Amino acid sequence: MIYSEKVMDHFANPRNVGEIPDADGVGEVGNAKCGDIMKMYIKVNDGIITDVKFKTFGCGAAVATSSMATELIKGKPIEEALKLTNKAVVEALDGLPAVKLHCSVLAEQAMKAALADYYKRQGVDPALIIGDLGASDVCEI
Amino acid sequence: MDKRFVYADNSATTKISKPVLDAMMPYLTEHYGNASSIYSLGMDSAKAILKARETVAKAIGAKTGEIYFTSGGSESDNWAIKCAAEVGASKGKKHIVTTVFEHHAVLHTCQYLEKHGFEVTYVPVDEMGLVHISDIEKAIRDDTCLVTVMFANNEIGTIQPIAEIGALCREKKVLFHTDAVQAIGNVEINVAEMNIDLLSMSGHKIHAPKGIGAMYMRAGINLPNLIHGGAQERSKRAGTENVAGIVALATAVSECTKNIAEKQERLSKIRDRIIAELTKIPESRLNGDPIKRLPGNVNISFRGIEGESLLLSLDLEGICASSGSACTSGSLDPSHVLLAIGLPHSTAHGSLRLSLSDENTEEDADYICEVVPRVVEKLRAMSPLWERILRDEDIDAE
Repeated sequence: MIYSEKVMDHFANPRNVGEIPDADGVGEVGNAKCGDIMKMYIKVNDGIITDVKFKTFGCGAAVATSSMATELIKGKPIEEALKLTNKAVVEALDGLPAVKLHCSVLAEQAMKAALADYYKRQGVDPALIIGDLGASDVCEI
Repeated sequence: MDKRFVYADNSATTKISKPVLDAMMPYLTEHYGNASSIYSLGMDSAKAILKARETVAKAIGAKTGEIYFTSGGSESDNWAIKCAAEVGASKGKKHIVTTVFEHHAVLHTCQYLEKHGFEVTYVPVDEMGLVHISDIEKAIRDDTCLVTVMFANNEIGTIQPIAEIGALCREKKVLFHTDAVQAIGNVEINVAEMNIDLLSMSGHKIHAPKGIGAMYMRAGINLPNLIHGGAQERSKRAGTENVAGIVALATAVSECTKNIAEKQERLSKIRDRIIAELTKIPESRLNGDPIKRLPGNVNISFRGIEGESLLLSLDLEGICASSGSACTSGSLDPSHVLLAIGLPHSTAHGSLRLSLSDENTEEDADYICEVVPRVVEKLRAMSPLWERILRDEDIDAE
């Protein structure tokens, strides 16, 4: 298996690692049994994601996709973040091995879970805006 | 401490040693003759193979005619199991006994046979990773044609009671095969004294190249061929002999079985120091028996982190190791070996195997003991699972 240089860079020097104690939204996806959990924190101001942090338990691709996903939504309006797909994360990392594509899906789900939490805290039903998060309890490769 | 390069994955493969390379080199250059040819160039190859066969036989207490060269451990395992099954089936015996934590070369071969009308009993191992002779005895039936139990486990390094299993099988008149790929050179092996009927070995785990191995088949057993074709290996295994590989294997076997006791003492001292240091890390555990263990095997789980990212982080520090996480096993589940000794999935994902060889030094151990705790701490600092473990949550309830 071969990781791109970008994946290795984001694994070795992950961007935006940590927590936001007064976050406006927190999302967590994955489970211990499958071997990957991603937790994402967002800070929102005037519809803009002003800060984002993550913590990840998982493989190299899980760390790299989390890191890249945070980079891609940081400073962006929520509407733009909602359009971010796992495919965009993969492209930004110069590709992922086929068996690791599910990590990018998890990164997309983590970000959407954080946004869903944000909407919930605003008294808005997140299902209307984000739709089904598609998170599953079944381990995937 | 300055960055070093530490190769600690010798159970995956090893570096070709200087004596091995020197011994095989002439057969890659001037002595290229086909051992079946009648002229002297061919005869030189035939002589080299004969000498190699004697060397390998002597090292494991076998007779020269009981050694057959193959392409490696997987071929030897396939040959032993499939062809013992074929013989068994011809006598109406279609049951095989093995264990849950064999190498995939054995497990997947048994599963293949299950699809072709054979029954297989997978004997459990205890939480230390040891097979109990009473469980093997219970599993053997009137229609059992083969018992296959690995000599030493490739992941957790536990050494199985092979002599006892051999004696039991001889008494029950059942063929006994052992995959000794990890054991050879680390443990004294005497096929005659241990009542072993079939044994697999591989070159690249003992500083010979990849693609060469051998099978020991006790005289009189006479299994049918796995590979059909020419009359090589006394018509038992077709294919023009890999003369350089065969010479390399024999040299490697001779080298690694020369001073086993000395090696055990030196390596197990380094091993135990690494184990003592790394198990000081909170929420870590040694996997496998601490004593009945290969002298170079360390296998430790660190809760709250995942194996592949541990390996990648260690690689950035110059350390080559392996893990039993799902991500590195190429499947959905973490290592079947770690699950077999009762580890929850989450703990199995965070396992680290370090396997040492003659090439490793005390300085390598110092470096490992300095780097691993630092890397584990770094990964835990970014792990949401570690947060939960610190809060004492039951992370395996899901």
